[in-house]
Amino acid sequence: MRQVAIYGKGGIGKSTTTQNLTAGLGEMGKKIMIVGCDPKADSTRLVLGGLVQKTVLDTLREEGDDIDLEDVLKVGYAGIKGVESGGPEPGVGCAGRGIITSINLLESLGAYEADLDYVFYDVLGDVVCGGFAMPIREGKAREIYIVCSGEMMALYAANNIAKGISKYAQSGGVRLGGLICNSRKVDGEAELVSAVAAEIGTQMIHFVPRDNAVQRAEINKKTVIEYSPQEPQADEYRALARKIDGNDMFVIPKPMAIDRLEEILMEHGILD
Amino acid sequence: MNADTEGTMASAAAAATSAAATPAATATPATPAATAGLASPVASTVTAAPFAPAVPASARHANRAAASRERILEAYPAKVYKNRKDHILALEETAEENTIAANTRAIPGVMTARGCCYAGCKGVVVGPLKDVCVITHGPIGCGFYTWGTRRNKAKPDEHTDKNFVPYCFSTDMQESDIVFGGEKKLEQAIDEAMTLFKPSSIMICSTCPVGLIGDDVQAVARRAEEKYGITAVGYSCEGYKGVSQSAGHHIANNGLMRSVIGTGDAQPKTAFSVNILGEYNIGGDGWEESRLLARCGIEVLNLFTGDASCEALKSAHLAHLNLVMCHRSINYIAEMMKTKYGIDWLKVNFIGIEATCKSLRSIARYFDDPGLSARVEEVIAEEMDAIQEQMDQYRQRLAGKTAGIFSGGSRSHHYQALLESLGMRTVIAGYEFAHRDDYEGRDVIPFIKEDADSKNIETITVEPDPLHYRERYSTSQIAALKAGGVAEGIELDTYDGMMSDMGAGDVVVDDYNHHETDALIKGLKPDVFLSGIKDKYSIQKAGVSSRQIHSYDYSGPYTCFQGALNFAHDLTMSLYTNAWGLVVPPWKNQPMLEGTLGGD
Repeated sequence: MRQVAIYGKGGIGKSTTTQNLTAGLGEMGKKIMIVGCDPKADSTRLVLGGLVQKTVLDTLREEGDDIDLEDVLKVGYAGIKGVESGGPEPGVGCAGRGIITSINLLESLGAYEADLDYVFYDVLGDVVCGGFAMPIREGKAREIYIVCSGEMMALYAANNIAKGISKYAQSGGVRLGGLICNSRKVDGEAELVSAVAAEIGTQMIHFVPRDNAVQRAEINKKTVIEYSPQEPQADEYRALARKIDGNDMFVIPKPMAIDRLEEILMEHGILD
Repeated sequence: MNADTEGTMASAAAAATSAAATPAATATPATPAATAGLASPVASTVTAAPFAPAVPASARHANRAAASRERILEAYPAKVYKNRKDHILALEETAEENTIAANTRAIPGVMTARGCCYAGCKGVVVGPLKDVCVITHGPIGCGFYTWGTRRNKAKPDEHTDKNFVPYCFSTDMQESDIVFGGEKKLEQAIDEAMTLFKPSSIMICSTCPVGLIGDDVQAVARRAEEKYGITAVGYSCEGYKGVSQSAGHHIANNGLMRSVIGTGDAQPKTAFSVNILGEYNIGGDGWEESRLLARCGIEVLNLFTGDASCEALKSAHLAHLNLVMCHRSINYIAEMMKTKYGIDWLKVNFIGIEATCKSLRSIARYFDDPGLSARVEEVIAEEMDAIQEQMDQYRQRLAGKTAGIFSGGSRSHHYQALLESLGMRTVIAGYEFAHRDDYEGRDVIPFIKEDADSKNIETITVEPDPLHYRERYSTSQIAALKAGGVAEGIELDTYDGMMSDMGAGDVVVDDYNHHETDALIKGLKPDVFLSGIKDKYSIQKAGVSSRQIHSYDYSGPYTCFQGALNFAHDLTMSLYTNAWGLVVPPWKNQPMLEGTLGGD
């Protein structure tokens, strides 16, 4: 079973990319579970065809510890299983602690069955505290992909996440599998992201072009592969899925100093 | 080794003195041997023999103190040594040389005796308020382990019949409250408390997780005030704040000043009304003070906060004078009431006979009323008369003995006076959480370097109250009252600190720990060590008798004249039935390992 965590700057398209990519893996016959680690609980909307009724933490709050996996685990497109950690309303409580609680609970409920090929953790935004690093701690995700674009702040966040990964990589087995460029149509984007990837010691595993097919599918609560399997964009996600399935480049990242990051941006003409 | 021998001999000399004084003490030459622990019966005969010192006793005392300090420090790694050396003093002759480092972070692993910010706020200052439901907002342990652990006695006021001191209120936060926020559960707890107990006040004390997840306890308190028309105060006294309990005292002081004091209008009945600040009524201490002061014609409006009610505290600003017992935990309120209401504060000490007399006379001097002064003298004479004979007997059995005291932030000073009343000398004194002014006196305050930890605790500024501000004396009159030093003047609006009452060669320790306690006992061999439950039994197992100076071992009161008698009784009992000092542990004279010779 491969355990994969997807990180990246807020709003970069982590959930969209994760679900479209898992749809591609599902099409290949892989058994997959997605664990949404975002209090908004919208990481499984496209594969399950709508927001889940109950998150792990909601269920825990309402029914105490006496809960069953069926209450929180739903099956969607291509047999993909989806669970949402859930969490507090904005501005109260502790979402980070929520993720820790939720993942521990899923483990004790036996959500990580032996016959799964993939578990994907879709994690909110930056690694802001220990809770959001939970999926990459010892014994959890072993490979990480960072979704980014050619925009300065997205790359800044990617570099920052690489710092978090290198910290855990020293003591555990977690490795960086690559950067996924979710294009924002920035000039020279593929070259820039490739350059940044090379600098931190990894690869740009795939360049996902920007396409309105994604929007159309999302409005219909579906992945592109399910909603419009003939679109070229569906093939892009299939390509990404194949690349991840065949990936063998797992590294301990070497995050850059900010100065170096800005130099690379200069070289590729972003800061003109 | 040399210092060890010297220590044993000094104890023997002291014991010999008391043996001469009272026939009951003829068995005492055995005590030093037991105290030393290592000494065999033969050695005890040697140490009991007359000893002619080559150097004066005071110089030997100073040398021994310096040697003990060195021995403590040499056990430490370099970084710890560098830190701790400034927290441990072998006092010098001149006061200027005695500067101590205090109120800084404890070193991890050093086994500090300190508590946390929540302990200072809930456990010390707010907890004793009897008409308040004090709700611990947090997981249950914080509430449970501060439930009934401090002997701040209280009895319900006749007109309210309410006393919540024996109760423990907690929100018992669970994991889901941490994740989703605990404010709703806190509000629910307040609703339950109001339904069940109908208190006139609710106070909320925050524990660590509350600060991490950002529950707004002040907003919840405000909503409770609106909903129920009560006084409700939220304290952000999360355990991790500051470096010790001290931060919690400050936070509690701020809350009482901001939300309670000054909101009532119950006028004092007499012209000589006082609050006793920093009196938590441990073992009934405050009641004994109130009884004594009442006899003199001095009206005690409030104890802060032993046996106190929030309702009465509201009118505390109408008192004529504030008396300060525990300077550390309450000096903020004393100072703020001086600024806001013009009320002077007088540092008093009702622990110790001479100290009590001095405190009473200082109060009389402050009020400057011939009738009051005469009454004070009458009361002193009567109270003395009642205890004199018994005190003399105890004094005979205790005089010449030495003591060490480790307490929180004031008692180590206060109890030196009482021990002195019994003819005993305090050779070791230490505090858990005192600041430099508690050691060196308030004059040092302008020179205390603020650090990030102390800046992180809110300091509130108050302005003179347009309605209630009144000055009894002008600045020059106050200066005149203070003039003449310890002998002549009164300790008004100031505190001279503990070290002003100690002598060269005495050891002072800030933020003391287990190793330092052990080493000082070995080096200076005090006859008795006054401390708390955390170290009582390790001290006793070293053969030194120990009394708990936080809880009084279920005894008390120890204040004023009658209290001094209680203390003398308890101390004598403890010293003369020092069980651990009278037994020889098996490992001292029996092999602990058994074996046979190997080989063929």
